[in-house]
Amino acid sequence: MSKFFEFKPDRSKYPAMGADGKLDIDLSSQKYTKLWLGPNHPGVTGNMAVELTLAGDEIVEAKTHVGYLHRGFEKLIERRLYVQGFPTSIRMCVAEPDTNEYLIARSTEVLSGYDKDVPEMAQWLRMLSLEMARLQGLLRGVPGQAGTFSLGIGVQWGVYLRDLILDRFEELTGARVYHMYIIPGGVRGLLPDGFKKRMEDNLRDIDDFIVRIRQLMFNNAIFNKRAKGIGVIPKEWVEQYGIVGTNARASGVKRDIRKDYPYLHYDQLDFDPPTATDGDIYARSWVRWQELIQTVDLIRQIMAKMPEKGDIRAQMPNVLHWKIPKGETYTRLESGRGEYGMYYVTDGSDKPRRVNLRGPSYTHAIALLEKMLVNTNIADVHATMVSLQTCPPEIER
Amino acid sequence: MNIKDVFTPFTVWSKVVKDPVTIKDPLSREAAPRYRGFHKNDIDVCIGCGTCEAICENQAIDLVPVEGIETKDGDSGLRPRIDYGRCCWCALCVDICTTNSLNLTNEYTWVDTDPDAFIFTPGVDKKSWDDKEDGWKKPVPNYHFYGQSRIPMGELHAEERVDSFIEFVKGFSKQQAEEEADRCVACGICTATCPAHMGIPDYIAAIRNEDMEEGMRILYETNPLPEICGRICTHKCEDVCSVGVNGDPLSIRWLKRYIADQIPADVDKYNDILYTKDIKNNNRKVAIVGSGPSDLSAAYYLALLGYKITIYEKLPQAGGMMRYGIPEYRLPYDQIDKDIDYILSLGVDIKYNVTVGKDITLDQLHEENDAVFAGTGLHLGRSTRIPGSDNEKVYQSVELLRNIVTGAEVPVERKIVVIGGGNVAMDITRSMARLQKAKYGEVNIITTSLESEDIMPADREEVVEAREEGCTIIPGYGPQEVVIEDGVVKGLRVWKCLSIFDENHNFSPKFDQSDERVFEGDMVIESIGQGMDLSYLSEDIKKGLEFGPRGRVQTNDKFQTSLPWLFMGGDIIQGPDVIHGIANGHIAAMAIDDFLNQGR
Ligand code: SF4
Ligand code: SF4
Ligand code: SF4
Repeated sequence: MSKFFEFKPDRSKYPAMGADGKLDIDLSSQKYTKLWLGPNHPGVTGNMAVELTLAGDEIVEAKTHVGYLHRGFEKLIERRLYVQGFPTSIRMCVAEPDTNEYLIARSTEVLSGYDKDVPEMAQWLRMLSLEMARLQGLLRGVPGQAGTFSLGIGVQWGVYLRDLILDRFEELTGARVYHMYIIPGGVRGLLPDGFKKRMEDNLRDIDDFIVRIRQLMFNNAIFNKRAKGIGVIPKEWVEQYGIVGTNARASGVKRDIRKDYPYLHYDQLDFDPPTATDGDIYARSWVRWQELIQTVDLIRQIMAKMPEKGDIRAQMPNVLHWKIPKGETYTRLESGRGEYGMYYVTDGSDKPRRVNLRGPSYTHAIALLEKMLVNTNIADVHATMVSLQTCPPEIER
Repeated sequence: MNIKDVFTPFTVWSKVVKDPVTIKDPLSREAAPRYRGFHKNDIDVCIGCGTCEAICENQAIDLVPVEGIETKDGDSGLRPRIDYGRCCWCALCVDICTTNSLNLTNEYTWVDTDPDAFIFTPGVDKKSWDDKEDGWKKPVPNYHFYGQSRIPMGELHAEERVDSFIEFVKGFSKQQAEEEADRCVACGICTATCPAHMGIPDYIAAIRNEDMEEGMRILYETNPLPEICGRICTHKCEDVCSVGVNGDPLSIRWLKRYIADQIPADVDKYNDILYTKDIKNNNRKVAIVGSGPSDLSAAYYLALLGYKITIYEKLPQAGGMMRYGIPEYRLPYDQIDKDIDYILSLGVDIKYNVTVGKDITLDQLHEENDAVFAGTGLHLGRSTRIPGSDNEKVYQSVELLRNIVTGAEVPVERKIVVIGGGNVAMDITRSMARLQKAKYGEVNIITTSLESEDIMPADREEVVEAREEGCTIIPGYGPQEVVIEDGVVKGLRVWKCLSIFDENHNFSPKFDQSDERVFEGDMVIESIGQGMDLSYLSEDIKKGLEFGPRGRVQTNDKFQTSLPWLFMGGDIIQGPDVIHGIANGHIAAMAIDDFLNQGR
């Protein structure tokens, strides 16, 4: 049995690399097949296309193609007043929409000099909503990895629990998915009565889920065999490619914006980002599972430490005429997928001159993926993409 | 490979016996109380200001006319119509709504087979959720998209004020003006109400853009007396300002003053800014009788068109009631001169101390000119005609106010009683208080009006300021008699006034005789309104004119009388106030131009 799992394919039929660095692939030789994975939209992995060249079912070359989603959100934001940016920004990344709201709000506040005026209460509520966003992302992402190996039950549990968090979002922000909660100057609502209690109930369910999902994934022979040794990111690549977030941490590089460049009140929370060393799909899943535990803990810490009452928005200029002096800033935060940043330029007018979102998928899903897929099997493509937390909408803003 | 790992995953089967967790009927599930569902609008509260339209980043809102809702002061008559093909339910429109009329209810679903149904006017097109209470509302009381409170205006203290006639409103600093200007939501509700339809949001924007010259150009489009109006306008605009629905209205008047104050009193500079250096003469002449606001406004707009204007003024200086009726502490003379000097610099001729009807007849003016405009104002005092009111110690406020300006002798007694509840009554009260203070070192003046406090016609702030300055205001009493003992005025006997008008709205005050008081005073000043002096209209001319109620000459809506060459405006036709006069003068100027261009 163990012999079967350690089967190593014969790579001898692979094309040679020419002097120009290109592979010598002659499709008419009938040795190779082209296969397009995507673009269609059965899930995040289908939002972009991966052009595979196969020898049998093994990948000899992968090319990533993006551009199927391009909606010009950055440009839309550049044509809107500062306060109108955040409802549009959330579409740039559906997985954790709140991160976009925060980047827009924080950028405008920094450039206009109102960053110090954001009330204490709002800072904590921002942190709460960002961690809730991370939590709902992980509830989908952690079992989602098992889902790519056809272990569907975890996904169903995760979706249910995520819905409970969306219920909390609904009562806090007024919406389930696109919350539009973090506004320049603060946030748009206080905690409703009884929120903490209901949240705690949900977190307890999630505690139980965390144990279950461990049994389902990490104590599972199928998952172990499929996830270990596949999609390896060697530690050296982390620097070379600019890999961030859990992908970097699973390769032994401890990187977390919340720790390295603390924002909001993360410096008042007690946590240590989990790491692993193997850098394969298994390691990334493991790190994310640990992060799930940590996020639950962070939400508990936030709810315990946040003030009971306070203002939710700074006194700001009239949003209709708000002008921000000339300036530029790069704002970043740690999203579930890693460093998520925004370059924001103002020119003294009432609209931003340039808004540029820099999400981790840009590296992870374009350059890195092409390299990682070579020598793997077709069946591993989705698993690899999901393990990188690919989010094409954030590539094509 | 751990053999345990083969069996552990089967623990998921333990969940088989758990109840399903999904809710099978999502339709009857209530959304959170804060959920952003569908729009509802209380159309009786909404004023159609269009601020929701301005903030909507998806251009999902259009303001549309609605049957049964009339345009009126403070209400555009329009209501927001929302296109659910564009809306993203961000609720920014709710957060900014100036009246809090717009909300979202916590409705999850709306199914309709008619695609057009999704473009609807909330509150007008009835929806099943209209009566729902829950849903997104403006978050908390201290969450605002624009400033709610006025930037306070610097003023001299009451004790200082009453010591002199120095202007006591200090005017905004640059920072104050910009902060106040920032509060405007640029809805234009004020413009519709302003008699002159001034471009208020535009000149407020000029303040924000720090472009005073542009601000001046906007002011002069509709009002050639900005320094004056910026001080003493009755600011009907502020009464309707949409920011005022839930906060303090914009200080529109002070902002106007701020712009004009930034330009130095230099007619060359004015001519540069307003591009009025080389106006071509069109060889036609218009005579203007009087130099009040309507006259100056007509003169200005006609002069811009190249008319040769001659103003005939009975008094030694220009400005009419603005100079001779409004006390200097509210409107300093140099500011009047600043506005008027510029108008005169456009080649407008003015002949002082000429009384039309005496020194020159209206017919003569008609012969010498292509058209005539008369805005002669209300300069005659009105008497209460109560017993004793013919005593020499009973005065008319118009007369005294004029004497203060001309430097003629003004009698100031130790104790004064003023009758009247309008702004002029406050003007004379506060002026006499200043004179008393100078002469006797103390203020001892009682002002009484027929109207009770809540319906006194005077501006609220005038009443408050008068009291601050030590004047006693006792509203709600009707004068019955000037008490005279041995030929000497001792005071005013009054009765409590119960009501002023009868069922048919005719003036017929009812008194409570049991509540009688005597206000002590050595002189009594009557300030119960003014009348007009139309003696310059000869019998022949009068025959050609039509007269309406209260002896007012009838004009068309362009202020043209039934003698086509004669136009009349200002307080004798409408108002009474400065801004109506300015508006009348402007409209009349355009009408005179049209009239004289007919057939050309
Ligand atoms: S902002 Fe409010 S008051 Fe103004 S038009 Fe919109 S709904 Fe009506
Ligand atoms: S909810 Fe947002 S998108 Fe919809 S009409 Fe209001 S402002 Fe526009
Ligand atoms: S001054 Fe008031 S009414 Fe006028 S445009 Fe501004 S907010 Fe609207």
